[in-house]
Formats: sequence, structure tokens, C-alpha cells
Amino acid sequence: MIPAAFAYSRPTTVEEALQAIADGGDDVKVLAGGQSLIPVMRLRLAAPELVVDLTRVEELRGVREEGDQLVVGAMTTHADVLSDPLLAQYAQLLVQATETVADRQVRRRGTFGGALAHADPAGDLPAVALALDAEFVIAGPAGRRTVPAGEFFVDYLTTVLEEGELLVEIRLPKIAAADGWGVRYEKFNRVAQAWSIVAVAAAVRREGGRITEARIGLTNMGPTPLRASATEAALVGVDVSLETVTAAAAQAAEGTSPSNDLNAQADYRQHLAQVLTKRALAAAAGL
Amino acid sequence: MTQINVRVDGASYSDDVEPRTLLVHYLREQLGKVGTVVGCDTSNCGACTVHLDGQAVKSCTVLAVQADGSEVTTIEGVASGGGATLHPVQRAFHELHGLQCGFCTPGMIMASIDLLKENPDPTETEVREGIEGNLCRCTGYQNIVRAVQQAAAEMRGEAPGDPGASPAAGDTAAAEPMAAQS
Ligand SMILES: Cc1cc2nc3c(=O)[nH]c(=O)nc-3n(C[C@H](O)[C@H](O)[C@H](O)COP(=O)(O)OP(=O)(O)OC[C@H]3O[C@@H](n4cnc5c(N)ncnc54)[C@H](O)[C@@H]3O)c2cc1C
Ligand code: FES
Ligand code: FES
Repeated sequence: MIPAAFAYSRPTTVEEALQAIADGGDDVKVLAGGQSLIPVMRLRLAAPELVVDLTRVEELRGVREEGDQLVVGAMTTHADVLSDPLLAQYAQLLVQATETVADRQVRRRGTFGGALAHADPAGDLPAVALALDAEFVIAGPAGRRTVPAGEFFVDYLTTVLEEGELLVEIRLPKIAAADGWGVRYEKFNRVAQAWSIVAVAAAVRREGGRITEARIGLTNMGPTPLRASATEAALVGVDVSLETVTAAAAQAAEGTSPSNDLNAQADYRQHLAQVLTKRALAAAAGL
Repeated sequence: MTQINVRVDGASYSDDVEPRTLLVHYLREQLGKVGTVVGCDTSNCGACTVHLDGQAVKSCTVLAVQADGSEVTTIEGVASGGGATLHPVQRAFHELHGLQCGFCTPGMIMASIDLLKENPDPTETEVREGIEGNLCRCTGYQNIVRAVQQAAAEMRGEAPGDPGASPAAGDTAAAEPMAAQS
């Protein structure tokens, strides 16, 4: 099928984009990579009156360093993420997760910001952003605001983004191997479908044979991405060993509320969360 | 209607399109480039794969207006000499039975050419991952993967008929029907 008719606007700056959205009335959709929006429009599950295409807003694309943070433009494509030298050095967890997203064609168009704004519970990048305590910079008619990842994801396919607002950049802390960090994105999916049934994003910091900090994000274990907080807490200060990691991973499904669907029952997802957390932690900790 | 200027398979076009027109429909219905096909409604199958400014994309998931100012290459534009000489990947699909019904083939070939540009010597696993966005309901992928590896060897300047890739040495199941047909 083809989408229902819509008016089309192609701004080249964030200012122009915000203006186009403000002028566009009630039924405006922002188009990033289009890899989720265009299929939804083809199926007529969305039929906006105006589409504001961000693909020519150059200022939204690319990665830069600012002190101890990396700033990733919302329109940075998945393919850009995979070839960026700064991300390779300081954001291996994002790179590993992005490698598993969809396929090469979809990764050419799909964007980091689009995947976060779309907030699909099975999407891989929200859990990474949450695990890293990323900050989301949002531009709107009244200026810019910064929202922590813990507050950005509100519900199934729902974020704090209000009508008229744009996600413009995502700020990530630098996580470098040189500072003792190890990371792993561990994903379970069907072969012909890249979407996660469950996945785990883990970052572990080690110092002198002990774990000093662990950050664990869970994909598809509820309507929003979640942190495995009990596991994180259990890991602080313990020796780096398979036993400690396994014991902590047994708590990975605490507080989760995964769905039942064609791919898996909720209790199976909770089992998977524990198994994948153990694997992710073991790999991240170099075991 | 919005005016777009595009180059498709080396020729320049200037056309009016509706914003909702998908690139694949513009190629097929306005330009008659029916070599590029549509296999699904969900952006999963990859049959519609073309190169947009040199990169493989699913042309059912790009709006025609988004191709304004760009260069598009379809399966109809990869052979050289006005179509007389097949691209090495096309030739390998033909020689190694990389197709049965052929519906997935244009997309498979466009995705494979894109993969080989990035990785001229892919392992079997790398080929399978490189074309994971393309679904084939017929072949079981085995001969597609062999074809991509044979084309890769040829494009690297190694002799065709490299033992690992030739159907005679590599797969008797594929070699027999070929022999019977020739
Ligand atoms: C076959 C296939 C397989 C896939 N597999 C996976 C997978 O395994 N894992 C995975 O994580 N994803 C997967 N995806 C989704 C892919 O990652 C998409 O790129 C992503 O979900 C959406 O990004 P996009 O840039 O294409 O956004 P779009 O489709 O353009 O937009 C998605 C939504 O976000 C909104 N939006 C986008 N950008 C902004 C912004 N800057 N500010 C405000 N709102 C915005 C849009 O209005 C829209 O509602 C798959 C997609 C396909 C087609
Ligand atoms: S027709 Fe484009 S992916 Fe199936
Ligand atoms: S040859 Fe028939 S779908 Fe691939």
C-alpha cells in the first residue's frame, strides 16, 4: 500500500523545522530515517496531514566531544554510528547494540534519534541510552530542555516529547576501556527478524579485581526499557568472578513486567533476562 | 506535486511527484524501471533494494521526494556496455543458480554489490549477515551465498572457478542440474 496523501516540508535548520511543525496544525509527523514511520504510514496506521522531513537538517547529524561527554545528533544514522571513531573509542556499548539493529539497508536510513523517539520496547537503543544515563536534549517553541534517560521513556511507544518538540541531541558519558570499563550487548532474536525478544546492555567497571560499578539496561522486559537495579546493586564491590556475576544475574528480572506475545511468554522472557544478563556481565567483565 | 531532479542509472530526470509516492513506485510506474520489485508491505523483504547515492536502501521505505538531487542505481543500471556485459555479481548468480523464481534476485544483487564495496572478501557468515535484509522464499540461500563469494573472488582479480566457490567442487546438488541443462 502507499501512504495517504500528505503535505511535505523539508527544512534545513532546527529553527525552520520547529517553525514548520508550529505552522502545520494538529496533525504533523516528523520524519527522521523513516524506517519505522514510512511502514506505519504505508499500512495507514498513521496518516498525518503534514510530514516534516529532517534528513536535510545537517546540524542534527554527527558526533562531537564535549568534555567528558559525547554529543550525538539525533539524525546520526545507525550506519554513521558504526563508522564513527569517537563512538568506537568511548561508546562501544552503543556500537555493539547498533550492529544488531535491523539490516544494512535499514541501518543506512534509520537514525539514533528516531529509534529513541519511537521508543519501541523491542528496540535496542533505548536500553543502551538508559544504561548509560544518557541525556536527551529537546528543542521546542519555548527553547531547549534536557531530560535524563530515566525520565524520557514514559510508556509503550511514548516519551516525554510533546507535540511541537524535536529531539535534537543525545549526550552520552564517555565509557572507555582505559578506565576499566567493559561492555556487552547480548541479544536474543529470531534469525529472520532482528527485533529483540529480550536483550541486555551491560557496562561493568573493574578496579583491582573488584567491580566498582555496573550499569544494566533491559530491552523488551516491559513497556519501556528498564534498569536491572537489583543486579547492579549486588555487583558493587564484589570480586570479578563467574560466581558473583551469576548470583547477581539471578535478580535481573526483579521488577520487570514483560509482555506475552507470539515470540515469548512473560515467564520465558524473565528467564531469558537472567541468562542474557549473566552472559552480558561475564563478557563485559572479561570472564 | 513536488518537482524532483534525479539521476537514475546514468540518465537525468525531472518529474513532478506526490510527496506520498514511494521511490520504488516512482521508479516502476513513472520511469518504467520494473526491474526493481515490491515484495512486502513491511520493509522486511529487501526485494526493492536500490542504491541511493551509492548506498543500498529499501526503495519502498524512501519517499521519491527524498531522492531529489540524488543518484539512484537500480538493477537495470549495473551491467556495463549498455547492458551487454553483466556485473560480476549478476553473472555469478546466473552461473551458480543463485535464484529459482527470481523475485528476490534484483534486491539480493543490489545488497550484495553494496556489501562487496565495503568488504571485498567476506566470509560465509559475513555474506549471510550482509544480506540479512533480503528474504528468499525459494533457494535456501546456499547458492546465493556461493554466488556472492564467487563474484567477490572475481572482483578481487582472482581466477573465476576458485575451487571453494565452483558448483562442481562445492555442491554436487547444484552442479548436476546445471550439467543436465547445458
Ligand atoms: C525491517 C526492519 C527491522 C528493524 N529491526 C530493528 C531492530 O532489530 N532493532 C531496533 O532497535 N530497531 C529496528 N528497526 C527500527 C529501526 O531502528 C528504525 O530506524 C527506528 O526505529 C526508527 O528510526 P528512524 O530514524 O527510521 O525514525 P522514523 O521512522 O523516521 O520515526 C520514528 C518515530 O519517531 C519520531 N521521530 C523521529 N525522529 C524524531 C526527532 N528527532 N524528534 C522527535 N520525534 C522524532 C517520528 O515522528 C516517528 O513517530 C527495524 C526497522 C525495520 C524496517
Ligand atoms: S518491498 Fe521493500 S522491503 Fe519488501
Ligand atoms: S528465488 Fe524465489 S524468492 Fe528468491
